[in-house]
Amino acid sequence: MISLHQVSKTYVTSNSRFQAVDAVSLEVGAGEIHGIIGSSGAGKSTLLRMINLLERPDEGTVIVDGNDLTSMTDKHLREARRSMGMIFQSFNLVNNRTVSGNVAMPLEMAGLGKKERAERVREYLDFMGIADKAEEYPSRLSGGQQQRVAIARALVNHPKVLLCDEPTSSLDPQTTVGILDVLKHINRTFGVTVVIVTHEMNVVTNMCTTVSMMENGGLINTFKAEQGNTISSEDISRITVGLSRDKVRDTHG
Amino acid sequence: MVDSIMQYQSEIWHAIGETFTMVGISIIAAIALGLPVGTLLYLSGKGQLFENRVLFAVMNILVNVVRSFPFLLLVVFLIPFTRFVVGTALGTLAASVPLSIMAIAYYARLVEQSLLEVPKGVTEAASSMGASTLQLIVKFLYVEARSGLMLGLTTSTISFISYSTVMGIVGGGGIGDFAIRYGYQRFETEIMIFTIIIMLILVQTIQYTGSFMARVLDKR
Repeated sequence: MISLHQVSKTYVTSNSRFQAVDAVSLEVGAGEIHGIIGSSGAGKSTLLRMINLLERPDEGTVIVDGNDLTSMTDKHLREARRSMGMIFQSFNLVNNRTVSGNVAMPLEMAGLGKKERAERVREYLDFMGIADKAEEYPSRLSGGQQQRVAIARALVNHPKVLLCDEPTSSLDPQTTVGILDVLKHINRTFGVTVVIVTHEMNVVTNMCTTVSMMENGGLINTFKAEQGNTISSEDISRITVGLSRDKVRDTHG
Repeated sequence: MVDSIMQYQSEIWHAIGETFTMVGISIIAAIALGLPVGTLLYLSGKGQLFENRVLFAVMNILVNVVRSFPFLLLVVFLIPFTRFVVGTALGTLAASVPLSIMAIAYYARLVEQSLLEVPKGVTEAASSMGASTLQLIVKFLYVEARSGLMLGLTTSTISFISYSTVMGIVGGGGIGDFAIRYGYQRFETEIMIFTIIIMLILVQTIQYTGSFMARVLDKR
């Protein structure tokens, strides 16, 4: 579904160069829940942002659902982005629009009619269990509720891919479990491919079917759980210390 | 006091009308041109979506130049331009030209500042949804910054009123010109005090209304 080939990104300021991502190749299969882990500054978020080209790689290609995003015109890229949802650590809702106003936004971009928009918005607010908040403004909601609004907004245009940038890092443990359940449910119900960046290992063990580990801008390992299983904490300790090489597919270089 | 005011009633109304004309035209210029210029300043700035050093530098300097002119000199300096635009350099309409130029530069800077307050994440969310540039500006930036844009327009309007008081120099008239000619130059202190009270009420009303609207618009 997603294929990054030898992507690199360097940030250059007047007095320094920082290689955020260094020649990384990554394959994410359709229907996977793919976790990207690593310490802060490892390049996880930059890598995630390359999938929908919020960060354009200096080198390499990004292919999503068979289309090469890196060679697209702006117009086609915008259309391609509409088939990918994204959620963020800080939710990034438009706080001067109501909950339903926020969820309607991707549909406005896609040019859907007013009546159809209202129906779809209601359907997804119902699905996320926040239909009673439809006319509230985001500032009146809790963090967990705001993230649910953001998820509804990311899903409303029927994306094939959902990109999650530390979606539970600003939430308490209980709310985190609720959000992870929702993401799993979405993956099962709609078959949406999920890529999730996190530094919380319990997020990986709770839901990920594949996990990739990054360090200093490079991809160290990718590890896939057995069919039908999620990654276990043993798997994580194995890839983090580099043991059991037979089970680990080294994708570096 | 009442007698002398009654005596000049029609002049006072006329002067208020001139002030409203000059300030009104300036507000229209601020919204029609200052808003786009401010938006372009924001978008072309460092680290922004359409970072463009040359464009930013040119507009930044233009805005600063206009704003650093002592206003009276700007009025004089722009006389040829004014004559070119409205055919004459004298009168209320002509006075509106330099005032509008100042208004565009003044409001553009306040627009840029308001847009800079919008969290980066909002523009990122917009891009991730496949928003076009126009959609990004209208549906995201202006919506999130709307109370700041309103407050900026309020501050601007009050400054325009203040600037408009010197327009007597090119025959622009207005309440400030009236206060100087009748109140100051003819030693009718009462008239001067009365016009100052009018200005005070005008400014208070505008500030109150602007602040109120900004509060209502702000749901953050």
